[in-house]
Amino acid sequence: MIKVKNLVKKFNDKVVLNNINTTFEPGKVNLVIGRSGSGKTVFMKCLLGLLTPEEGELFYGNKDFYSLSEKEQKNIRKEMGVVFQSGAIFDFLDVEGNVRFPLDMFSNMTQKEKIDRVNYCLEKVNLQGTNKLKSSELSGGMKKRLAIARSIALNPKYLFCDEPNSGLDPQNAVTIDELIYNLTHEFNTTTIVNTHDMNSVIKIGEKVIFLYEGHLWWEGSNENILKTDNKELIDFIFASSLAQKLLKTS
Amino acid sequence: MNLFEGITDYLLVMKKTFTRPVKFKTMVQQIVHEMYYLGVESLPIVCFLSLFIGIVVMIQIAFQMESPLIPKYTAGFITRVVIIYEFSPTIMSMLLSGRVGSRIAAEIGTMKVTEQIDALEVMGINSASYLILPKIIAFVLIMPVIITFSIFCGLFGGYLITMITGEIPTSEYFYGLRAFFTSFEITYALIKSLFFGFIITSISGYYGYIVEGGALEVGKNSTKAMVQSSIFIIIFDVILTQIFLG
Ligand SMILES: Nc1ncnc2c1ncn2[C@@H]1O[C@H](COP(=O)(O)OP(=O)(O)O)[C@@H](O)[C@H]1O
Ligand SMILES: [Mg+2]
Repeated sequence: MIKVKNLVKKFNDKVVLNNINTTFEPGKVNLVIGRSGSGKTVFMKCLLGLLTPEEGELFYGNKDFYSLSEKEQKNIRKEMGVVFQSGAIFDFLDVEGNVRFPLDMFSNMTQKEKIDRVNYCLEKVNLQGTNKLKSSELSGGMKKRLAIARSIALNPKYLFCDEPNSGLDPQNAVTIDELIYNLTHEFNTTTIVNTHDMNSVIKIGEKVIFLYEGHLWWEGSNENILKTDNKELIDFIFASSLAQKLLKTS
Repeated sequence: MNLFEGITDYLLVMKKTFTRPVKFKTMVQQIVHEMYYLGVESLPIVCFLSLFIGIVVMIQIAFQMESPLIPKYTAGFITRVVIIYEFSPTIMSMLLSGRVGSRIAAEIGTMKVTEQIDALEVMGINSASYLILPKIIAFVLIMPVIITFSIFCGLFGGYLITMITGEIPTSEYFYGLRAFFTSFEITYALIKSLFFGFIITSISGYYGYIVEGGALEVGKNSTKAMVQSSIFIIIFDVILTQIFLG
């Protein structure tokens, strides 16, 4: 479980996150939604410890992350899998090398075990047989899937995905949503996904928080989000024409 | 041109680079790779430039030496001094900062803007150390080799001129190369090369590491890396010359 208390993040004088309070439970897909520029990435980087907030506390289980020593933080980080917005595929390694990288760095597996694990992860994301491809030979969707394969290599307890299906065609986007949902339920991970895709919200948003002008503006799930009377959230949801059609038919 | 722009940031990045390095075995593999990538692959251009500088220096000197009062071996002597004291260690390093420095800054900068550095950090890897340290070690180790190679190529260029023009007899040239020679000259050139190797790799590693934004900023910072390394090479050239020869 991840718990966020009174989190404030500023850049110079600009307040990007203003007093955020929330909880993310294991075995659930938690979505962070909001317009682009609303602070989703900044929020995720605060959770990862890549950015340090000006105020607030962050608990992984019962451990207060920001007050831990560097070494203890590192131990928690080994339980995190992260899919960055750009994929962040290591371009000095091939497909196999990318998935192997965390295993080489942090596991005591034998060569054979590592290869088996790599192939298992690649199969999970439907990339079996692409082991020797270079990152420049991958399409956008393949890169995102490879990033997911790498993020689950060490069986993470916490899975973070920053806009995992932005820029993908609808079919690929659905595949990735399903993948994230299934991984979360199969391994009981605490999953946090940034998105502005309403399809994902409806499909996999077991918990949804909506960021607006630096505030946590609304909190709920895919079951009650369409019934909301929150004006800003309604504007956000029904900005897309597909959502407007959905509204008319429902 | 702001000479000491970000000097404290530079020191912070260097502090991070030299603390908590990654696994020794990984590091050794990276060093070997970088020695090849940054060092061996630079040798053709080093050879080409040094050879022609040797040739040009000799042609200039031979052309100036009309006076019978100046002994002919002076040409060899001057060529040696120019090449060993300044051209090979200093000017060659500045040229290499264009090749090696901008390459390092672009490589690390691209990794920064595509979040690969964030990805390393969340895995608990010290990204500065993982990316910059092997490059510094590899290049500092291979710099003496590159500079020695450059000296040989330069002196060989001078030799070619004695063969082609006949203005200065080859035997006089070789006599000049050995005249008043002390092994300290070479030591001095190699010491400089170690400093300059460190300057190039650490400064360009720093400029790559601090890129924020996108491809445009990566380009800007590779240029900065090259310019700043050249400036600090010249500054340290003066300082080292004062220390060793002053
Ligand atoms: N390193 C930074 N320095 C200054 N401002 C930043 C930085 N990173 C993000 N911001 C600002 O924070 C706001 C939120 O950005 P971001 O979290 O990337 O939005 P989102 O991911 O929701 O699209 C933006 O206004 C952005 O300009
Ligand atoms: Mg973002």
